[in-house]
Amino acid sequence: MTTEPTTAEASENGFRPPDALQPVLTGLRERFEDAILDVGGHRGEVVVELERERLVEVCTFLRDHPAARFRQLASITGIDYLKYDDRPERLCADYNLYSFDHNIRIRLKVRVTVEDPNIPSVTGVWPAANFMEREAYDFFGIRFDGHPNLVRIQMPEDWEGYPQRKDYPLGGVDVDYINAHIPPPDTRRYKGGWTST
Amino acid sequence: MSEVETPDVDRPTSALVEEVVVPPGEARDLPPTPAARQVSLNERRAHQVVAMGGGDWAEVTARADAEGQDDVMVINMGPQHPSTHGVLRLVVELKGEEVISLQPVVGYLHTGIEKTCEYRTWVQGVTLVTRMDYLAPIFNETAYCLAVEKLLGIEAPPRAQALRVLMMELNRISSHLVWLATTGLELGALSIMLYGFREREEILDILEDVTGLRMNHAWVRPAGVSQDLPEGTEDKIRAFVRDMRAKADEYETLLTNNPIWLERTKGIGHLPLDDLIGLGTTGPMLRAAGLAHDLRKVQPYCGYEQYEFDVPTATGSDVYARYQVRLAEMRESLRIVEQVLDSLPDGPVMSTDPKVGWPAKLALGPDGLGNSPAHVQHIMGESMEALIHHFKQVTEGIKVPRGEVYVPIESPRGELGYHVVSDGSNLPYRVHVRDPSFVNLQTVSEMTLGLLVADVIAALSSTDPVLGGVDR
Repeated sequence: MTTEPTTAEASENGFRPPDALQPVLTGLRERFEDAILDVGGHRGEVVVELERERLVEVCTFLRDHPAARFRQLASITGIDYLKYDDRPERLCADYNLYSFDHNIRIRLKVRVTVEDPNIPSVTGVWPAANFMEREAYDFFGIRFDGHPNLVRIQMPEDWEGYPQRKDYPLGGVDVDYINAHIPPPDTRRYKGGWTST
Repeated sequence: MSEVETPDVDRPTSALVEEVVVPPGEARDLPPTPAARQVSLNERRAHQVVAMGGGDWAEVTARADAEGQDDVMVINMGPQHPSTHGVLRLVVELKGEEVISLQPVVGYLHTGIEKTCEYRTWVQGVTLVTRMDYLAPIFNETAYCLAVEKLLGIEAPPRAQALRVLMMELNRISSHLVWLATTGLELGALSIMLYGFREREEILDILEDVTGLRMNHAWVRPAGVSQDLPEGTEDKIRAFVRDMRAKADEYETLLTNNPIWLERTKGIGHLPLDDLIGLGTTGPMLRAAGLAHDLRKVQPYCGYEQYEFDVPTATGSDVYARYQVRLAEMRESLRIVEQVLDSLPDGPVMSTDPKVGWPAKLALGPDGLGNSPAHVQHIMGESMEALIHHFKQVTEGIKVPRGEVYVPIESPRGELGYHVVSDGSNLPYRVHVRDPSFVNLQTVSEMTLGLLVADVIAALSSTDPVLGGVDR
């Protein structure tokens, strides 16, 4: 493909998707123009940000389209962008796909708000999503609608809160024998004794 | 908390069923009965139904009760079971001795490493991630450092890259040896257990010589490695490679045509390739199903493209095929180790860019290991700038430009991926680890259906789970 990157593809740092991914991106744009919020990336990786409504459709398309054939869901990363940018949709599920046939990778991002943290589950597209979505639910409270068994996976199941969110309190440690309190790590300073900033 | 579906109860009149259905995480007393009112508190505790992590025990027993299947037995294997390779719990439903359902329950070793990384500097992160998959620490360190380097837009010096490959391949052999040893142990082949751990010990000696520690090395650092090979290590590694070739033949003699080994492994834990791909499986399990997918070949890193090696595959997709692939991989790793030693480039092992390369040079003095006198002389007496760089690096750490990358490498268990997000500060914003054990564990439920209990152990073992990596 020799098409010049459109303004939507080229971000400020001169991002241009690899040639092998061009047909995939073209296909995506044709079929899901309204669902694609942004195509960007960093250091040669391609990230497509999507509306959550058409996620399952897009995933099925990416899995089955001959130019894509993303048969492996490599990973789902939950991210909390609270202190990263100002968008109200601070919770993000980042889907990392790999295509054995074309040896290419693509990442899909879906962002949601804390008040409405629902994203359709892709367990129907890739069964591998089962544990991964449970993990993102466990740590970030993203609810994957349609998941067969969305319960906590790493934390004890009666745990309250979602520990990897950025506003989750880190706690501190009381040291009884010297009657001291070690403040949480993000506020910890040592000034001849543990104090909190 | 999400709602856990309570199973359909076919016998609504049965009071017993209602007693057993307990939402996960809630230990509830049984409803008071005239007899229960009279028993002491301690005895009442014995009647409590306590659902421990996973939330499936009450559900499973209730379903078994509700369906009136008297011949279905629910067995809880683990979390402290010698065959589960760590604190893994398996909830197994059995009909006779046949498995009709199996659910892995994880999280017993969760230590929040990913979250802890967010409150330590980029260099300190190495010390944390090396503790995840404790049988393959060098891989964790390398993948993390490659991700940090990708964010920084730099590459480690060629000698550091070659040393990383050298140590990773030695580490791969040691990891596969532990797999061979523990699997042998679980299937009753005690001699292979002793042999496997004996050879692993030699590798750990080499790793200790180079890094200072047998495990949890924190030797690979962003922009390089912390120390060069000490004198004499090359000869030691060459001698090990020579011995190990003969030892690998010995294992083959012991196992490959051993009728008991064949009985216990052939046809056990079979899953077709399509299922494995759907379940996200990577590494030796995928190659044992016939797909020659190896990230060292398809997306090379650390200069793997310079070395000549094959990607061993097998077609059985059972425990035996996975054994064949892992044994063959050890031989390929030996080939790579030899090639690295033959072509080891000269030069620094840490980036000389003072903004990213760790400044301190370690040396062994009369009072132990510490900063080398030459380095102390340089920063204290010769160069104010070097002192400033040293001070900034040690107190504040490196600053990594804003961005987001995913770096996968081929660990002994499959694709080990680090998704690292930086907001431009001296602390990582988010470090997520795609651990191969965690993803591969999903296959266990599928491939144990219809097996006997004894074969569950073989099938589970063939996925080579390391719970430190699963739970992180």
